[in-house]
Amino acid sequence: MSSRDTIFASIRRSLHVKGDERIRSTIVDERLDRSPKGVVPARAQLDSAGKLALFIEKAEGVQATVARVLSPKDVPGEVARYLRDNNLPAALRMGDDPRLSAMPWKDTALDVTTGRSNGLDLSGITHAETAVAETGTLAILSGHENPTTLNFLPDNHIVVLNASDLVADLESVWARVRKKVGKGEMPRTVNFVTGPSRSGDIEQTILLGAHGPRALHIVVVEG
Amino acid sequence: MSVHPTSHSFKDNASRAIADGSVPRALKNVRQNFIDKRVKAVDALPEFEALRESAREIKNHTLAHLDLYLERYEQKVKDSGGHVHFAVDSAEARNIVLDICRKVGARTVTKGKSMISEEIGLNGHLEAAGIVPVETDLGEYIIQLRGETPSHIIAPAVHLTKDQIEKDFRRVHTQLDPNRDLTEKRSLLTEARTMLREKFLAADVGITGANFLIAETGSSVIVTNEGNGDLTQILPRVHIVIASIEKVVPTLEDVSQILRVLARSATGQEMSVYTTFSTGPRRATDVDGPEEYHVVLLDNGRSAMLGTEFQDMLRCIRCAACMNHCPVYHQIGGHAYGWIYPGPMGSVLTPSLIGVDKAGHLPNASTFCGRCESVCPMKIPLPKMMRHWREREFERNLNPAVARYGLGFWAFFAKKPWLYNLSTRVAAKAMKLMGRNKGRFQSLPGLGAWTQYRDFAVPEGETFQAQWKKRAGK
Ligand code: SF4
Repeated sequence: MSSRDTIFASIRRSLHVKGDERIRSTIVDERLDRSPKGVVPARAQLDSAGKLALFIEKAEGVQATVARVLSPKDVPGEVARYLRDNNLPAALRMGDDPRLSAMPWKDTALDVTTGRSNGLDLSGITHAETAVAETGTLAILSGHENPTTLNFLPDNHIVVLNASDLVADLESVWARVRKKVGKGEMPRTVNFVTGPSRSGDIEQTILLGAHGPRALHIVVVEG
Repeated sequence: MSVHPTSHSFKDNASRAIADGSVPRALKNVRQNFIDKRVKAVDALPEFEALRESAREIKNHTLAHLDLYLERYEQKVKDSGGHVHFAVDSAEARNIVLDICRKVGARTVTKGKSMISEEIGLNGHLEAAGIVPVETDLGEYIIQLRGETPSHIIAPAVHLTKDQIEKDFRRVHTQLDPNRDLTEKRSLLTEARTMLREKFLAADVGITGANFLIAETGSSVIVTNEGNGDLTQILPRVHIVIASIEKVVPTLEDVSQILRVLARSATGQEMSVYTTFSTGPRRATDVDGPEEYHVVLLDNGRSAMLGTEFQDMLRCIRCAACMNHCPVYHQIGGHAYGWIYPGPMGSVLTPSLIGVDKAGHLPNASTFCGRCESVCPMKIPLPKMMRHWREREFERNLNPAVARYGLGFWAFFAKKPWLYNLSTRVAAKAMKLMGRNKGRFQSLPGLGAWTQYRDFAVPEGETFQAQWKKRAGK
């Protein structure tokens, strides 16, 4: 008997089932199909302005910084300002997300390179698919548009979020992801990011910038 | 370094830890950083109780259909291009991981924090085969340098002070300037970050655990704050997930329910910094991510817990709230439990996994104050299960002291008046049930020695119980 068979046999013995009971399979497949929502906190069930205010409050509460701009074309200027104000080199790495590529980076003095992070980039930028007002959490999907390495290797992670993409709760993220890739499917990686990297492993003192980014800057595009 | 349980000598381990006196000192930060923050986070979410109930139901439902959800999960992983391996026990799991590493000619592997890796003793096995495992979670990295096991399931180095860590870094990072300043905690963190960066980029295989496996999509989920788990799994050519079979949950909605109680119960965060869902190897259009994705599913005695009075333990999501709130854990520390799972959850789980004969005394490591159960986000009846173990132990007559005195090892804790002082009504009731005369505990000497601890524990216990009563009455 393979280990797989041994384990399944043991589970079934313990549960007093054979595994071929129709009713059990129906229950399981229905649940997987319907994905019932459980308890969804009331906290974020707000209008768009309320959701945005809550998102910003929550994100800042976990030491992210947030800037609001009125149009995608204002993003490069804001990013240049952020790097300058933080005494960072005017260099930036991004994937080939068309929303980012369409922005007027040439109007700034930023040295923009594309592709995955090689581990030497000090600053990287990705575009969020959506974000969760409930907890100030960004949801970023993997792909050549937004390579996952850009979320973790650069010291400074900048994320662009369209205010219109913001949702109230985690459950609404899944509704969006399913619309994009299909029910039961997922991109290779979905990253929920809530603030910059941190560790409490030295005497339980929280220090920012453990292995991931030391800083997280969110640029919300309201237009 | 394979993990040889010393839980059978729990009594000696615990006595040593108490005599040493360093444990309460090292754990003093737990109050502020875990206990207080948890209460704040819980109070800020009116739906917390409803979510606990929901999380409990999800896990109960999953466990009742575990065979089917595992099948669905396995199929989904395969559909997304990943591989699933089943391991009956630790030895098999270790060998599966080693085989994968050998096949790709791995020389170094980076590792995200994984209790299953600790459970199966993976590092020693890889080392013996000439493969260098590098723990990348800061706490795990520190204890790996020291050749220790974790003393806490989410804060593995909670027993260490900054000065001890500094000494270890100076001992091991010999390539760095011996005159460098490491007095600040931040400089220790920066040093670890720098040392580990190279390892992340050089590793051939990345091994992580999983907080959850999702049947609907075949995804594995890791929940972290440092970002080390993500660097571990996106940079090397191969990503291996090691997880036990009960980690599966049905859907993305279900995992969202449990996530809401996990971080709040663990660290008092509303969400941990990184919650990452990984599904299969990199896709054709990806420019990063692993080329191979493997999941090793470990049973190691869990399937036999189903259908028994210990099934509820399989709901555990390893948040550590039970140990953070356990007066016994606070006094003796995690290492005294003799294996990798400490505190109340360990007292229940360890006998299930390594056998009651090797863990005989652990279920007695309780004052029955009931705090662990009241903070457990999955509503696991930990004290009740400890009592079950004691009954089984009694039946098997493994513990002559228990047979003679009915309570046996209880006497050990009875000598600690602070435990008596901590006893809430729950404990008092439990003691009465066991036919003990309460007065006996009061007359025992040594009260003064515990003042330091009681300064912290007693007010905390009272506020906690008072708050709890209020909440329960709502
Ligand atoms: S038993 Fe409950 S409180 Fe303890 S680690 Fe598990 S889930 Fe958390």
